Amino acid sequence: MSLNELTKGIFKENPVLRLMLGLCPTLAVTSSLENGIGMGLATTFVLLCSNIMVSLVGGIVPKKVRIPVYIVIIATFVTVVDLSMAAYLPPLHKSLGLFIPLIVVNCIILGRAEAFASKNNIGNSILDALGMGIGFTLALSMLGSIREILGNGTILGISLLGSAYKPFLLFVLQPGAFLTLGLLMAIMNRLEKKS
Amino acid sequence: MSQAGELILIIIGAVFVNNFVLSRFLGICPFVGVSKKVESAIGMGMAVTFVMLLASTASWLIYEFILLPLSLTYLRTIVFILVIASLVQFVEMVIQKASPSLYKSLGVYLPLITTNCAVLGLAILNIDEGYNLIQTVFHSIGAALGFTLAMVLMAGIRERLDRADVPESLKGAPIAFIVAGLLAIAFMGFAGLL
Repeated sequence: MSLNELTKGIFKENPVLRLMLGLCPTLAVTSSLENGIGMGLATTFVLLCSNIMVSLVGGIVPKKVRIPVYIVIIATFVTVVDLSMAAYLPPLHKSLGLFIPLIVVNCIILGRAEAFASKNNIGNSILDALGMGIGFTLALSMLGSIREILGNGTILGISLLGSAYKPFLLFVLQPGAFLTLGLLMAIMNRLEKKS
Repeated sequence: MSQAGELILIIIGAVFVNNFVLSRFLGICPFVGVSKKVESAIGMGMAVTFVMLLASTASWLIYEFILLPLSLTYLRTIVFILVIASLVQFVEMVIQKASPSLYKSLGVYLPLITTNCAVLGLAILNIDEGYNLIQTVFHSIGAALGFTLAMVLMAGIRERLDRADVPESLKGAPIAFIVAGLLAIAFMGFAGLL
């Protein structure tokens, strides 16, 4: 067990900004910081549970049917998240909408199950899931805050830039998602080249 | 409104107003990954059209005639993803037997489609919107056309971008996203259409 498994997902192999995985929810739900965090945490939970399960059954499942088995494991935990969120956090459930069941097809989760959890022990798989989950949540929060501040002048619903600020509405609409992510990726490239 | 008119509106809505890629953010991975050449964009578009139509019809039938009567609707996500995964596998085998040349051109894209969120998203949307079978079929055609349109437009632009002088840090994915953002602005113009 090493700390490297935890930290690699946050910067060096950040799923969104470096590996370009899980882009659909990243773009779709980050119109505000709250939604970004909600989506990030929901995905982290599913990732953690599925990594644990997959690393436990990794040795038993025949190679040929492993992908369907992983998908069923993931879909089960997604259903758990979907139903509990609908029960306890109905407003968030409504604003994330379609993208909660779509956590199933988030390539980060199946990717980590196949590339990491099936080959590693449970301790490392937990660290890997937490690292990747935190990296995903951070990327979503970054996008969410930039878009919320520029597009609405608020952060977590609290006014930040005052009433004199004229909101740049484009950033909370669809094009803003693409533009913000493109510029963030460019900044990451630039930082990497310098270091 | 007449039924035919309503169906045409569903198609126009899915292609332009609520374009799956540019407005609903479904299927972004292939949109960025496979849009470097027009040819492969068309191939991917065809494969997705095929699977979308089959998968959404099959999942609608299963939902309406199995899950709903047995009140198992909470199993929706699990059942739909299994339907899609097995359908993709099945289609792959059929095409391989029936038309090796088509298999060669579509082959590489087919396995990718299982994890294409546009397919599962479409199946769930059809249920959430309460569409009947005919509306589901037309909505699927519209969604697939919209996906293909966005892919081909993007590929056309990216082929030209190859020859453009793009700043070092923006090369590759970042400029692709900025182009997609501009495309999305253009598609916002269709918002008042319906």
